[in-house]
Amino acid sequence: MTAQQPDAIRGSLDHCVKCTICETACPVAAVTPLFPGPKYVGPQAERFRGAGPSVDASLDYCSSCGICTLVCPQGVQVAEINSRARAVMKQQRGIPLRDQLIARPPLQGKLGTPVAPLANLMLGNRLVRLAAEKALGIHRDAPVPRFAGRTFRGWARRRPAPAASGTRRVAYFHGCSTNYFEPGLGRKAVEVLAHNGCRVVLPRQGCCGLPLQSNGIFDAARGYVRRLAAGLAPYARQGYPIVATSTSCGLMLKREAREILGVEDDDLRAVSGQTYDICEFLAELHQAGELKTDFRPVPLTVTYHAPCQQQGHNIGKPALDLLALVPGLTVIELDRACCGIAGTYGLKREKYDIAMQVGSGLFGDIRAARPDLAVCDSETCRWQITHGTGRTSVHPVDVLHRAYGLS
Amino acid sequence: MNGQSGAATADVVVIGAGLAGLVAAVRLAEAGLRVVTVAKGHGSLRLSPATIDILGYGPGRVDSPARALPGFAAAHPEHPYALVGPGLLDDSVRWLKEHVDTYRYVGDASANMLLPTALGVPRPSAVVPETMAAGDLRGAGPVLIAGLGVLKDFHPSLAAENLQAATAAEGRAVRARPVLLDPPGGPADVGAVALARRFEDAAFRAAVAARLRAAARAEEAIGLPAVLGIDRARSVWTELQRETGRPVFEIPTAVPPSVPGMRLAGALAGRLRRAGGRFVLGAQVTGPQLRNGTLTGVRVSSAARVTPRACRWVVLATGGLASGGIDVDSSGAASERALGLPVRAPGPGEAAFLPGYWDDHPMDLAGLRVDGSLRPVGPDGEPVYPNVFAAGAVIGGARPWREKSGDGISLSTGYLAAEAILKEAG
Repeated sequence: MTAQQPDAIRGSLDHCVKCTICETACPVAAVTPLFPGPKYVGPQAERFRGAGPSVDASLDYCSSCGICTLVCPQGVQVAEINSRARAVMKQQRGIPLRDQLIARPPLQGKLGTPVAPLANLMLGNRLVRLAAEKALGIHRDAPVPRFAGRTFRGWARRRPAPAASGTRRVAYFHGCSTNYFEPGLGRKAVEVLAHNGCRVVLPRQGCCGLPLQSNGIFDAARGYVRRLAAGLAPYARQGYPIVATSTSCGLMLKREAREILGVEDDDLRAVSGQTYDICEFLAELHQAGELKTDFRPVPLTVTYHAPCQQQGHNIGKPALDLLALVPGLTVIELDRACCGIAGTYGLKREKYDIAMQVGSGLFGDIRAARPDLAVCDSETCRWQITHGTGRTSVHPVDVLHRAYGLS
Repeated sequence: MNGQSGAATADVVVIGAGLAGLVAAVRLAEAGLRVVTVAKGHGSLRLSPATIDILGYGPGRVDSPARALPGFAAAHPEHPYALVGPGLLDDSVRWLKEHVDTYRYVGDASANMLLPTALGVPRPSAVVPETMAAGDLRGAGPVLIAGLGVLKDFHPSLAAENLQAATAAEGRAVRARPVLLDPPGGPADVGAVALARRFEDAAFRAAVAARLRAAARAEEAIGLPAVLGIDRARSVWTELQRETGRPVFEIPTAVPPSVPGMRLAGALAGRLRRAGGRFVLGAQVTGPQLRNGTLTGVRVSSAARVTPRACRWVVLATGGLASGGIDVDSSGAASERALGLPVRAPGPGEAAFLPGYWDDHPMDLAGLRVDGSLRPVGPDGEPVYPNVFAAGAVIGGARPWREKSGDGISLSTGYLAAEAILKEAG
């Protein structure tokens, strides 16, 4: 559904008929009694939340995957209500240092990138990880990314002037993860877009604030997303589609900043309406008959998992339609709700086991399918999938890049 | 290789993921059409007991829907069943039995079984999951109704006592005896779904089977709340019968969620996925996409905007008043929400509701009027769009909760809507 006003979010709880569909779909409540379910802590408990101290410790175990909102047939924004209530609770109880750190990818990126070999060595070191678990509460086995050492923007500055003769102008929102951890994905996205006649520009951009939001640090998150929106808005106003490879960060711009953080500003409004997940964008090109389909055979078997945040776009699974165009490619659609990681949730010492249990069904399906690649649109989910299965996990754009013969 | 492809569009957009929408979508996708199902959320099928009630009351209790339907349809010319012939209804039932392959169904329209509800009321239903069939009270022997102590939604004493009284009042008393088991896992507050997940664990199942064996008498069939596994219900039920040596049957729980509903919805959704059908969840259709008065697609609201989605045909299966497919505003005006189609409902100044709660309210019948191919028609009786077909409770003229006809209407009209499209697709 299209973005709603903040008051309408809380007001949506009056549409709850207690049908429990959200509870049957919640991947966290299915594996742990520590989370009593989205209806219980959401529309039900929300009625009792007032100005006083929060009494809901269980709310902290919500992973913010958003499946409850997705499946609710009444339009109750269960996940959004819960995210807001959790932020209030965390503000009252104090935000742990760990949450402050893992919620700031730009800080990690700026510290880690120049010393990437050392930083990666430390992240891979058992003793360092044990110490980090003890001192900070980041689980020793949790899937943390590796620094690429070079940033995506660094590559983009050096890349030769694009030869694309196209007239379609696109602004690429690469996000933090592409910049610091997966610059190759950014390069492939730019090349796939250019192959389709897009002139790709890279607006100045920082973090969208999503990790801060999901850790309940709303004030800082609002600052991040406002700055990002201000940087993207001039392009949005000129009619550039703003194309994102990080599906959860794209969703932040589309609706979460407004619906969860309550950010109301003209820049964000302009940007929201112009933001596209990259698969959504390419599938719309295809629907208009404007996507190049000069694909070479890619004789691989891949699984496809649509991450929760991708489903939150309410656009179905455009990646499946795109992958179906690639000759020789066998695509296995996985029908599991969540991999468990939910951004930073599965990194936390007290939640790691829950996250792994949430993901166990997905991991089992992937292992059974024995794919060459496990395709998934979200970076943290890819890292979790690789952690849980040992399989290489890539963004759908990676497969398209191969199929176009660009790799 | 050439660079550009033709436009990629869906053949059919199905709006709604309840029984009617899923049946139409699966049938169309398996026939090779590209089907996109757009749904606001999970459909209410997941809340239903998943029995296929064809006609339970008309108005007296119906023993054989097949025999009762011709007269019922003649007496209710605006009822969906007046459009669905008996042959097509049978075809749709046969189709469902073949297509829900993970979870077997038994029975047909020739006779209603009488299944006990969680409140102990005999309920007529024609086509039922095999896991419930041994509860058929027609000529039943004594039953043991077993509660699971941790489940607060099912009370064996209440069910057994009511069942005995209700069957005695009909002159065929069924001896019903309650027992409250204490399954392993402690006294935590556990709902039906959590319990159903436990039943998929072999050790838990074995422990319950042992307690049932000790509690049941030789001649008794054993009734349990319908929580005997989700994905593996067939094997859970089979194993419990084998381990107890008694017929075992499930009784749908009285309050949501419904585990059997989750099984049926999951089986159909899985089938649809395997046939290449796509789901767009959390999205709403806000209106038709028109070109020169012709419907060329639907407008779908997503997270940030409303986007047209092109298609050749639409199946509208959004449900009736209860599901929000039909809306009634504060002035009493009824409307159809997805495509803005004309609704047959009491107009301004006409009585919409009668004084008694249980009266037959004129508003009950609110919904679309359709032609013989299930195309919604306007006041002139002509189809509004030649390529839009309706299925399920969005079609007016029925009182499914009173008639016990909702599943039969959804199944048969979903099946028929698909048939009408397949005929045109050639």
